[in-house]
Amino acid sequence: METYFECKSLGKRFGNVQALDEVNISIMPGRVIGLLGPNGSGKTTLIKLANGLLTPSSGEISVCGFKPGKESKALVSYLPDRPCLPDWMNTRQLMDFYQDFYADFDRSRAEEMLSRLSIPDRRIIRQMSKGTREKVQLIMVMSRRAKLYLLDEPIGGVDPATRDYILDTIIRNYDENASVVISTHLISDVENALDEVIFLKEGHVNMQASVDDIREQYGKSVDALFREVFKC
Amino acid sequence: MEWHFNNDMPIYTQLVYQIKFAIVSGQLRPGERMTAVRDLAAEAGVNPNTMQRALQQLERDGLVYTQRSSGRFVTEDTCIIDEAKKALAKQYIDQFIDSMKNLGYTREEIMELLKGSCEEDKNGNIL
Repeated sequence: METYFECKSLGKRFGNVQALDEVNISIMPGRVIGLLGPNGSGKTTLIKLANGLLTPSSGEISVCGFKPGKESKALVSYLPDRPCLPDWMNTRQLMDFYQDFYADFDRSRAEEMLSRLSIPDRRIIRQMSKGTREKVQLIMVMSRRAKLYLLDEPIGGVDPATRDYILDTIIRNYDENASVVISTHLISDVENALDEVIFLKEGHVNMQASVDDIREQYGKSVDALFREVFKC
Repeated sequence: MEWHFNNDMPIYTQLVYQIKFAIVSGQLRPGERMTAVRDLAAEAGVNPNTMQRALQQLERDGLVYTQRSSGRFVTEDTCIIDEAKKALAKQYIDQFIDSMKNLGYTREEIMELLKGSCEEDKNGNIL
């Protein structure tokens, strides 16, 4: 089967800092993957490489069969680790904007999710609370019928109820054959929703395994294993 | 359905157990249509593939079946449900007896204690 995300001996160096080194990853269609690692382990760097926001120093990366670029961006829906919505727009303008840029944007899906949150059509983004903005941003990202969703810290900085809402939105909205990569360090909140986890440690892949295999093999949760592997 | 998960067992095993429990306890009725996999997964907050795997196991056990195009249903065969219920009861009893043996009780003592704890009302319901 074709892979949706593949890294071969991928490396990224910033000056003297080797942010990623010899990273080999392959992700099949239809999976939800947790990209887990402490702060500074290279999660965001990896996701930025996949989106063409950074270029590799060594090795290869391919996304849905393409090198990161125009073709891959049409197939990948990306949630950055910081707010990226034009804050002067209202939600209707925002949907117009997404519709213009992305052929796979499903407007009715976005409208339905916004109305479930009771966010009015004309609400300007600047006037929303931080949590609401994050929800709106996720709704836009998950309303695309993409092949691969790359979500950088989708649940960081929001309250537990909002976390549940966000996870629920992710689970309900990715297409059966699409894959979702969720980067986070809040493992216990996401681990039940994942097929597999990738542990990143100081720029290396420490482990790629299925959640239930880990629980079976170690008799403990991914969260507990993570605390062991990354003990300070 | 209410879902509860602990941290040291595979999620798949826990899903199989909880759905089985819902069926044998009558929370899900014989012949009842099951919620779609994706919605059931979202409701439980678990991965849809894991939920799918659990339902396939229950299908192999004969507790649920899939009807082409119309979805998944709880079996109408009450014999299978009774069997599963007895197997679960056996499991609980074995666990209980094991714990009591570890506490050092004999068979007779266990029976006495059990009778003492299982008082009935006048209709024969356990209080």
